[in-house]
Amino acid sequence: MKRLWTLFTLFLACATWSLPAAAHKPSDSYLRLTTEQNGADVRGEWDIALRDLDYAIGLDADNDGRLTWDEVRNRHGAIAAYALARLHLERGGAACELMPGKQLIDNHTDGAYTVLAFAARCPRTGPLAVDYRLFADVDPQHKGLASVRDGTSVRTLVLGSDRPRATVDDGAGGAASGFLDYVRHGILHIWIGYDHILFLVSLLLPAVLVRDGGSWRAVGRPRAALADVLKIVTAFTVAHSITLSLAALGVVALPSRWVESAIALSVLLAALNNVLPVARGRRWAAAFLFGLVHGFGFASVLADLGLQPGALAASLVGFNLGVEIGQLAIVAVFLPLAYGMRSTWFYRRVVLVGGSGAIMLVAALWLGERLFDLKLLPV
Amino acid sequence: MKPGVAIRILVAALLACAGAGASAAPRLPASGAEVLEVLPWRADPQQRELRDLRARLQEAPRDLPRAVEVARRYIEAGRREADPRYYGYAQAALDPWWRLAAPPPQVRLLRATLLQSEHRFPEALADLAGLTAQQPDNAQAWLTRATVETVRADYAAATRSCARLSSLADELVTMACIANVGAMNGKLAASERLLAVLRARAGDGAADPAVDTWVLTMLAEMAQRRGAAADADTRFRAALRRAPRDTYLLGAYADFLLDAGRNDDAAALLAPHARVDGLLLRHALALRQGGRKRELVPELTELAARFDAGERRGDGVHLREQARFELALRGDARRALAIARRNWDVQKETADARILLEAALAARDSASARPVLEWMRSARVEDVQLARLAAQLDPKFNLAGGKA
Repeated sequence: MKRLWTLFTLFLACATWSLPAAAHKPSDSYLRLTTEQNGADVRGEWDIALRDLDYAIGLDADNDGRLTWDEVRNRHGAIAAYALARLHLERGGAACELMPGKQLIDNHTDGAYTVLAFAARCPRTGPLAVDYRLFADVDPQHKGLASVRDGTSVRTLVLGSDRPRATVDDGAGGAASGFLDYVRHGILHIWIGYDHILFLVSLLLPAVLVRDGGSWRAVGRPRAALADVLKIVTAFTVAHSITLSLAALGVVALPSRWVESAIALSVLLAALNNVLPVARGRRWAAAFLFGLVHGFGFASVLADLGLQPGALAASLVGFNLGVEIGQLAIVAVFLPLAYGMRSTWFYRRVVLVGGSGAIMLVAALWLGERLFDLKLLPV
Repeated sequence: MKPGVAIRILVAALLACAGAGASAAPRLPASGAEVLEVLPWRADPQQRELRDLRARLQEAPRDLPRAVEVARRYIEAGRREADPRYYGYAQAALDPWWRLAAPPPQVRLLRATLLQSEHRFPEALADLAGLTAQQPDNAQAWLTRATVETVRADYAAATRSCARLSSLADELVTMACIANVGAMNGKLAASERLLAVLRARAGDGAADPAVDTWVLTMLAEMAQRRGAAADADTRFRAALRRAPRDTYLLGAYADFLLDAGRNDDAAALLAPHARVDGLLLRHALALRQGGRKRELVPELTELAARFDAGERRGDGVHLREQARFELALRGDARRALAIARRNWDVQKETADARILLEAALAARDSASARPVLEWMRSARVEDVQLARLAAQLDPKFNLAGGKA
């Protein structure tokens, strides 16, 4: 029976209902590799927990449980030799030569880490392969969280005893794909974000017309319409690029409910302006003003996608570029159609007034939904 | 959420991301005497003993009894300190047998235990099924198997596993096993009564302290689930006197205090346990509910960094806590719901059900709550908090045949 109790205590130890959370933290190291464009060198920075190093090779010279900088510094040679012997890099099938550099100290959530800098001399071409065995023998649950940066693209790898080896795709293809993903997301977002489309369309509807007294008439030449469209699209683009960048970089943060409500309001006002014109020749100014608000909306999508650490600018530019491409595609479809129909009664009454009315209705419902946190429409 | 709070949380979150992502600033310590890290395993004699055991194992790593002893001691240390690194050390001790399809029974039980602690339940169950087939009189294996089956909401199987204990373990353990399943499965009141009677008959403090703490915690939670706050409070405090550092117990009692609005009590209870993610989370919840905003900000940053670290590792171990964090502290209902749904695929206890229902309510997505409502109906789950949430999500909700 005694034996059962010993086991019982043990059972309690790991029963899920006795441990709601993985406490402290399992062991991880953070490995950052940077490959030089067209270069033979890979630079590395490797954060390894002092606690783990002490467990594996012993750092605490006076055995008092307190690791001082002197104790760690005296073991720098041993740390570098131990760690680099358990990291194997190759490119195009040939091994890279690893050379240790200096070590600093950094803190993560679970304590102090040594930051081991190293250089790797590799063959110039071919895919980079990483083989990771650190602590595999003393803690098989240890993981190496690697990020491999090549130009603007960053790949992340989770390496450990159950998956010690991974290959990083080579060169330009790899660099572009991260960036292109963001471009694609940008395009997609403006196409499925009906509020952005309706806002743009509301502003563009009157671009093929001119106000003449109390009524609309068709513009004479395509140039006039084009100039108007160009001004509006440029103003909208500049404005939302500014706020998208500010929000994505964390300079400004607004509650999403306010932003979403303000976007709905902008659609409503833009459509209203077509029925009861107020901002006649200055629609570009409205596009700018409200474009600022739409930028915050784009930023929340980008925040959900997550900016690639270390490739912040590339993700941001990629996403913004995607938004602009998506927007130009909409303009390219809209403008010829509108220009073709501009002199018809149908365009002036049904499309402009009726369409704007319908947009206003949808926008008003959105506004209600977003202000009061309701669900009225399917989208 | 008030906009001011939202902005502050956003700023805290952004700072946390900045801090957790690229490590901000590697530094050169100012002096050689600067203490960089305090190691956990020097102070107490248990740790010293563990180090000696490990050294002896290194001389003969394939010595099965030695390896099992070392692994078991590390698992105990992991439990005591609530520190998962020890589970990794335990696994290392079992390495010569770790990848075998059918390792020796002692190793297989420990492997199941470690897999369970990583929430790899199907793999743990496969080991336990193999082990109980091989050793039908292994009480420990049946008990662990019943626990995993309960977490996976397979109550029929769990009851069968508990029944196997009757001839192998003493009455209190067997009945605690059965009552734990019954209380999830439409027999809350009867299970609580029976367990309380048996514990009283065994005599206060007569049982093994670990068993007694386990039973008391179970009784406290049963009282909490039927809405009897006074009984729950008495039992929680009695259990804490026996095991003041038990992580699960501290978390469960803190949740009880938070529900009762006793925020300062909860904060005081957990103040010494900030190293444990689940307890730091509840401490932050207590600060937030108590309006102690200034103290809250650094805790939010710390929690965000910790959950981010877990996510980068690809761990699913603290999804339940992470969902609570996203919902109650960051106010991101949609993200909380997505995480709570992933968590529900892995484990199905009342706390998992509750966070999913709360997130679904906040996100106004009652469709996502359907699997939980279905589980409550089919298992006839009795729990005042879950019943309240279910009624909010679906006014027509009642437990067919259950005593809601």
